[in-house]
Amino acid sequence: MELIILKTDALFFILIVCLLTYVFYASRKEHLARPWRIVLKRPIAASALTILGFYLIIAILDSIHFHPEIEGSSSEPIYSSQVVSLLDVVLKPINKNTETTYSAPFAIYSYSKESRESETGQIVRAYPRLTYAGSHLLGISEVRSDLVTRSLSGLGYWVFVMASLCLIVAVFKVVKLKLSLVAPRNFSWFLRPSPARLAAMITFATVCLLISMIAAVGPYYHILGTDKVGHDVLFQGIKGIRTGLLIGTLTTLIMLPFAIVLGIAAGYFRGWVDDAIQYLYTTLSSIPGVLLIAAAALMLEVFMTNNADDFESITARADLRFLCLCFILGVTAWTGLCRYLRAETLKLKESNYIEASRAFGALSWSTISQHVLPNLMHIVMISIVLDFSGLVLAEAALTYIDIGVDPSMESWGNMINGARLELAREPVVWWSLFTAFLFMFVLVLAANVFADSVRDAFDPRIRELD
Amino acid sequence: MFILLEKEHGSVSSYLTRRILYAFPILIGVNFITFVLFFVVNSPDDMARVHLGNRYVTENSINNWKSERGYDKPLFIALDNSGKKIFTETIFFDKTVRLFTFDFGQSDSGRDISYDISERMWPSLFISLPVLCLGLLFTLSFALLIAFFRGTYIDSSAVILCVSMMSISGLFYIIGGQYLLSKLLQVVPISGFDDGVASIKFLILPILIGVVGGLGHGTRWYRTIFLEEIHRDYVRTARAKGLSEKGVLYLHVLRNALIPIVTGVVALLPSLFLGSLITEAFFGIPGLGSYTIDAIQSQDFAIVRAMVFLGSVLYILGLILTDVAYTVVDPRIRL
Repeated sequence: MELIILKTDALFFILIVCLLTYVFYASRKEHLARPWRIVLKRPIAASALTILGFYLIIAILDSIHFHPEIEGSSSEPIYSSQVVSLLDVVLKPINKNTETTYSAPFAIYSYSKESRESETGQIVRAYPRLTYAGSHLLGISEVRSDLVTRSLSGLGYWVFVMASLCLIVAVFKVVKLKLSLVAPRNFSWFLRPSPARLAAMITFATVCLLISMIAAVGPYYHILGTDKVGHDVLFQGIKGIRTGLLIGTLTTLIMLPFAIVLGIAAGYFRGWVDDAIQYLYTTLSSIPGVLLIAAAALMLEVFMTNNADDFESITARADLRFLCLCFILGVTAWTGLCRYLRAETLKLKESNYIEASRAFGALSWSTISQHVLPNLMHIVMISIVLDFSGLVLAEAALTYIDIGVDPSMESWGNMINGARLELAREPVVWWSLFTAFLFMFVLVLAANVFADSVRDAFDPRIRELD
Repeated sequence: MFILLEKEHGSVSSYLTRRILYAFPILIGVNFITFVLFFVVNSPDDMARVHLGNRYVTENSINNWKSERGYDKPLFIALDNSGKKIFTETIFFDKTVRLFTFDFGQSDSGRDISYDISERMWPSLFISLPVLCLGLLFTLSFALLIAFFRGTYIDSSAVILCVSMMSISGLFYIIGGQYLLSKLLQVVPISGFDDGVASIKFLILPILIGVVGGLGHGTRWYRTIFLEEIHRDYVRTARAKGLSEKGVLYLHVLRNALIPIVTGVVALLPSLFLGSLITEAFFGIPGLGSYTIDAIQSQDFAIVRAMVFLGSVLYILGLILTDVAYTVVDPRIRL
């Protein structure tokens, strides 16, 4: 195994470190922790956060890339030039069974007919059996009973996992907190949970049930069918998670420093600084966003064709293109936040405590970092969570008009793009589209719900209304 | 009275003059960004090669192509010249000045851009205008209805519905709509365009999808605006006077909520001409959106430059119109 860190991986890990630092820091500061507690008290937000957590774990697994070792005879390990992620290894049972072409969910016969020689020597056109899915069965009549048995074993996995999780938590509580097992009040969070915790636990259990089912059935069937070249659609849907999540978070990470620094500088220093920054963001925002993205994407294309030798693998090339897409999306997205921060800084500068800080002779830098910035963070927070879902949706739309992510990259946009003409077939090939839209819908819905709760908790103006 | 009016009129026009003068540096900046984006990896020579076809291109034909289209000067700075000419004898200066007179010239493939734009803006407008009007009608009525039932289960389930609708990708509406209406029910054609009245059957589907796709976001947004107004003091006063809930909503809330709504809509008006890139690409509509995408894909710099410029002009126009609209609907605000 030879670890590879792609540019987006590195940025993603930086982002996660930032996130963890923030969580650690906020949990110790009452004024920061309080709004988050309000958010987490809402059942719907707790449930959304659980789902986002699952997506995040999958994206992290999918961001640890390496060159796999080729099993060879020589003593020196040889590495494949292929880039594989940890998620690929985990999902190998689903991914390895590549059929020849389309097949419907849970099908054991192919989607299209093929000419074959029958036992009597005649050429007949019939639906061939799939190479892998259901190959252990004799015929279609056995599918149902086999599925039932496998789902039952999936249910068994689930019960086992849930029970062991409960046990681990119980042991942890007993050992770490020295609680008595006999006193039921020590387990009230589990036996009589608050509505939010109940919602989170139910969501967690549901997702775990789904995963157990996939683990039990997935290796033997294509749960969501296969695509044109016979790849498992469910696997592609899961692989798209990294792209979707990264585009929503990296774009923000890239634009945030610009928006914060320029927004505060414009509002705090006024004068020519303000004029220059206002000019900059008005100019950038007056260019239609899609046009800017399209022009940048095209230029990148030209650049990559001219410097084709600089990329050691297709993955590295796709990665650079992806990073540039995040960057250019960031350029179109930062102006809104910058304008907002500028206006808010203008307001803050009039406040008494800033005036006092300046009167005491504090440097601009320390006034800004100690008084202005902390009072703007709720706006930044709200804008991060609100932008996220829009960016995930934008990826699919941009990929459709060929200015999004690289065609070689697994993303929901590419799935939709590749499958949209298949609705014209008879019978309809709906499963690729369905999978992509389903994965996207769940992520965006969870993000939207979570964002709403965050905004309600952090924005004091709206809180007063309720 | 007369003097007062005169004075106010004066301030509006001076405001407008200021804004229009301010637009110039912005538009120059926009054009500069377009130039940088295009030429940072591409030289005019590369462009000529792309347009002439990559093989068997002589130095001579490249030079011809460049001089015909005015790309035979330096890009930003002409160091061979002296004085003012350092800046004026460049492609950038040349093309920018022409844009400001709205002389878009010919596209790199030799078509008249102004003519193309005037032809292609109508299909775009035929879609974006009905989408805006119908969308407003539906979202406003739904939002008002939800505001009427605020705090009940109808309200909360409607909000959940809106959030769910917002979370569905726009592509789903398009693909699903095409599949349902064109393939299964065969009511309207999947895509295409026609002249005159015959175009209606092609327009129905994109308009419908545009309206449905914007329903979730619009309804929720207007609901927030209505609820903000409902909690104001004047509404309480109106209730205290004994006005019915309907009267409160129609007479007071709706009229006051119109301030942010009207100004928001006015900002959108100019960009309606540009159409929607994605809708037009999907439905094969020969509007300005697909025109731009085609131009970008064929690296037609003249068209891209013209469209970016036009887009920025319309955006700035939208900003100015918003400010003017504020003073019209809300007399408390002066420019």
